Amino acid sequence: MAQAQAVTETKAQPIGLLRVLGPGHVWALGVGIVLVGEYMGWNFSVGKGGALGSLIACWVIGLLYTCVAMIDSEVTSTVAAAGGQYAQAKHIIGPLMAFNVGLYLVMAYTMLEAADALIVGDLVVALAAGTGVEGVDPKPFVILAISLLALLNYRGVLMTLSVNFVITAIAFLAIVVFFLSVEPWNPGAVLHHADLLAGLPYGWLGVVAAFQFGIWYYLGIEGTCQAAEEVRSPARSLPYGTMSGIITLLIAASLTWYVAAGLLPWEYLGQAITPLYDAAQASGSTGLQVFLFIGTLFAASASANGCINDAARAWFSMGRDRYMPIWFGAVHPRYRTPFRSILFLIPIAVSFAFTGLLDQVVTFSILSGLLGYTFMPINMHLFRKRWPLGSIERGYVHPFHPLPAIVLLVLCTATFFATYLGYGVQLLAMMSFYIVASLWFAFHRYKYVRRGDQFTMPWPRPRGY
Amino acid sequence: MARNVYRPPEQGRAGQVFDSVFLLLLVYLVLFMPLIFGLTGQATTTRVVENPTWEALGQNEVAAGQWEKLGFTPESASELITTRFDYVINPLSLLLTAVVILGYFLFVIRMSDKEYRDVIAERFDGDGRDGGGRR
Repeated sequence: MAQAQAVTETKAQPIGLLRVLGPGHVWALGVGIVLVGEYMGWNFSVGKGGALGSLIACWVIGLLYTCVAMIDSEVTSTVAAAGGQYAQAKHIIGPLMAFNVGLYLVMAYTMLEAADALIVGDLVVALAAGTGVEGVDPKPFVILAISLLALLNYRGVLMTLSVNFVITAIAFLAIVVFFLSVEPWNPGAVLHHADLLAGLPYGWLGVVAAFQFGIWYYLGIEGTCQAAEEVRSPARSLPYGTMSGIITLLIAASLTWYVAAGLLPWEYLGQAITPLYDAAQASGSTGLQVFLFIGTLFAASASANGCINDAARAWFSMGRDRYMPIWFGAVHPRYRTPFRSILFLIPIAVSFAFTGLLDQVVTFSILSGLLGYTFMPINMHLFRKRWPLGSIERGYVHPFHPLPAIVLLVLCTATFFATYLGYGVQLLAMMSFYIVASLWFAFHRYKYVRRGDQFTMPWPRPRGY
Repeated sequence: MARNVYRPPEQGRAGQVFDSVFLLLLVYLVLFMPLIFGLTGQATTTRVVENPTWEALGQNEVAAGQWEKLGFTPESASELITTRFDYVINPLSLLLTAVVILGYFLFVIRMSDKEYRDVIAERFDGDGRDGGGRR
């Protein structure tokens, strides 16, 4: 431990993270984190707005992510520093915003990791009940799942993401096989959309309310940027990995909605913990049920694996910049992983997984992601203002500025309102957390930060400063 | 290099432990405790149906069949079916939520701007260059 600290703090031969990842690993990291969103969580949007409301939310939130992708592509292609949105905020807005963005990433991924572990525990209980064993406690399985995945992450990123690649591919295959097995070309045989789709039970207000969990279809795909420091060829691997990941998710989301809405009454679907597994049960096929059990287990494991990876790297980056205690900025001398950050976040994930309150744990993750998306239009406005086109070299210039930024801001505002509908107290709790954390940083922690080190890009002085 | 470089104090082990514990406490007090004490749950209402049947619960024949495949009876499914979100909007609480979110962003942006001026001054002032970013 002391050796690792010494290595990172001395100027001689600092240890960096290993550059070992290719586009396949980036795809696995992005899709691995998000694919579990097709296996659980998205269906709470059905509870808030009905099955059709959920589908409309899926499309509208798809527009939100299109704006995110347009804005992020321009800024990421220009801010060629590790840390993704965190590095962008440091260079464009300032340290307190960067601290908040780093915290958004950590909380979004840690809460998602907790939700994944909760699913693993719930699945084991369901399996036990299905085989006649009642009263199984999910908690030991939650701890076991997180401990094993944390150990993988502790030992090295290549092994971690190679495992992710395999289990993510199997989880995606399970969705495709399920879709083909329920004869989508033969309506009424297995799928019953005509009898199960119940219109808009809450009217159009319910459709807006469903935006909250519509985010869950895609949340986390932007996490591919977190691996920038460990990718062999970032300029090639990151765009390929991210874009193939988004295409994969769009296909998986469409198939998932179609199958689940055709097999489960909306009132059940809107509250289910493992909707795809339950849909397999409702299809009447034991083989499909076993396959979807494996798919759900693998999707949750892959997601938790990726989340541990991303949350730890964001926390590590903040430790390295002294936004957090520098102790967290250490790299393991042998495995070259941010081992202290990995270990520190485990108790938080385990605690929230123990609550068993999936919709609320998911909401904490969604809100942190949503705050990050709200930062993006502000970031884009200031980026173009401080470095107008032509003043610095951009890898990509997104069209129609400022329309995507305005649309993104409007959709983020609508999603905050959607969360207020039904989860208003939780929204205020989350905001209280970030307000207190911001005060702590601004009036205490910032004094440990080296000012000039926060700007490392070879750009001219920003306009107005 | 810039002339007026801010030299931050080194934080000792005790200070680092204190900061780490503070952050953990913040997570547990502000996010975890409201969750386990049931303060942050869904705003819902449940309609009680006496002697429920699939018809009384508004389920058609196909929907009833799917419920049964999942192992439910009208009695066990009744609460799931009749629990609905309460979307009544309280203007005061909506206004409070909006003010909190807006106030948070305004504070973060204004304070960041103040800090950003320090960063830019240290990075660009005093080294005689206009493109003084580290290369």
